[in-house]
Amino acid sequence: MTKLIYYPGCTLKNAARNFDVSTVSSMAKLDVEVEELDRWNCCGTVHALGSENIMNRVAPVTNLIRVKETAAKTEGMANEFMTSCAMCYNTLKRANIDVQNRPDKLEVINDFLNLETTKYEGDVEVRHLLEYLRDRVGFDRLAEKVTKPLKGLRVACYYGCLLVRPKEVAFDDVENPMIMENLIEALGATPVNFPLKTECCGAYHAVGKPEIIADRTDKILGSANDENIDLVVVSCPMCAYNLDFRQDDAKQLNPDLKNTPVLYFTQLMAMALECGDEALRFDLHHIDPLPALSARGLA
Amino acid sequence: MSTTTLRINPTGPSGTFVAKIEKISGQKLLACYQCGKCSAGCPMAAYMDILPNQIIRMAQLGMQKQLLASRTIWTCVSCLTCNSRCPKDIRIAEVIESLRETALRNGLRDDRLNIWEISPEARADLPPIATISAMRKLTS
Ligand code: SF4
Ligand code: SF4
Repeated sequence: MTKLIYYPGCTLKNAARNFDVSTVSSMAKLDVEVEELDRWNCCGTVHALGSENIMNRVAPVTNLIRVKETAAKTEGMANEFMTSCAMCYNTLKRANIDVQNRPDKLEVINDFLNLETTKYEGDVEVRHLLEYLRDRVGFDRLAEKVTKPLKGLRVACYYGCLLVRPKEVAFDDVENPMIMENLIEALGATPVNFPLKTECCGAYHAVGKPEIIADRTDKILGSANDENIDLVVVSCPMCAYNLDFRQDDAKQLNPDLKNTPVLYFTQLMAMALECGDEALRFDLHHIDPLPALSARGLA
Repeated sequence: MSTTTLRINPTGPSGTFVAKIEKISGQKLLACYQCGKCSAGCPMAAYMDILPNQIIRMAQLGMQKQLLASRTIWTCVSCLTCNSRCPKDIRIAEVIESLRETALRNGLRDDRLNIWEISPEARADLPPIATISAMRKLTS
C-alpha cells in the first residue's frame, strides 16, 4: 500500500460527500491508502488575481504547512498531497506557484503565521487526482484493476475552467484536454467529444445570477447531448452543482433539454472497481443517475 | 450611446488611474492591439455591457468612471479563457479584477452581493464552494 496525503476541501465534506467517499474507496482498490490531511482549512476557493495580494494566500499556505507536518510524522512520506476537487487544486496550486516565485511574499506570510512551528519554504507538491492516476498509478494498471467494465456507457467529460487554466496549473492540453477521456476508456466506457468541454459554467453566479447559470447549463448540456450521451462527468463540485441542481432552471429556458445525470469521475471509478453502493451516494444527486445506468445494464 | 469627450493626459487623474490599474493587475495595458480574441471566446460576453477588449481599451484611456460603473466587472467570473488565448499575453481577467477591487475598496463598501437577501432555503441549497467564492469576488 502506498500512502498519500489527501485534502478533501469543504464541499467534499458537505454537499459533495459522494465525491469524497468515491475518491477514498476507489483509491483503496488501487492500493493507495489516502490519509486525510491533519487540521486542514478552507483553501479560499478562488485565487485572488491582484499581483500584490498576500492576504488571500494565507489560507492556502497554512494548508501547505500542514502537509509538511503530516508528511514529517510518517516515515517515507513525500511532501506532496492530492485533492480531487478542481477548485481546491487550482487555488492551492496557484498560491504555491505564486509564493515559490515571490520569496518576498512568502516571507511576509511566514511572519504573519508566526505562531506556526513549521515555516513554508515552497517545498510541497500539489497534485490533482487525475494527474496522480495518470502519472503514478497509470491508466493501464487502472484498467487491469477494473472488475466491472462500464461497457456501452457514453460519457461526456466536462473539464470547465479549473483543470486547464491558467496554463501554469494545467496538467493537460489547455484547449483540448484528453486526460478524463483516457480515464473513462480505462474503465471500459465510451468517452465522447463535445465542443464545450472547457467552457465555463458560470461558477459562483449560482448565488446571485441564477439566470446566467440556467443559460450556461442549457448550452453545455445541450452540446453534450448532441453526442447522444448517457451522462456527464466532472471534477468540480461547483460545476456539478450548476449542471445538476440547476437543470430545472435550464429546462424553463429550453423544455427540450434532456434530463442529464452529472457524476464525479470518481463515482464511475468506484462503479468499475466495485466499491459498493455506499461509495456512490447517488442519493445526493438532483437528477437520479440510476435510469441512465440501468438502461445500459449497469445498475 | 451618449457622446463623451476624452482628454488624454498621462499626468492628470486619468494617468494616475491607469498607473494604479497597471500596478494592481501587473499588466502593461498598451500591449493590447485590439484584436478582439478575448471577447470572441468569453463565455460571459452575452451578459456584459462592455466587452473585455473594450475594457482594456477604456483602461488604456483611463476612463475610470465608465469602467467602475460597468456591469462587466461584476459579470466576469475569472474563467481565464481570455488570458489563455490573448496573443499578447495580457491577463485580461487580472485587469478586470483590479477594477473590481478598486470599486470594492473605495471605502464605500459597495458590495454586489448581500448573502442575507437570499432566502434561507436557497442558501441551504448552495454548496460552500459557491457562497465562499461569490463573497470573495463580490464583497469588500
Ligand atoms: S486578446 Fe489581448 S490583444 Fe486581443 S483585444 Fe484582447 S487583450 Fe487586446
Ligand atoms: S475571465 Fe472574464 S473576461 Fe475573460 S473570458 Fe472569462 S469571463 Fe470573459
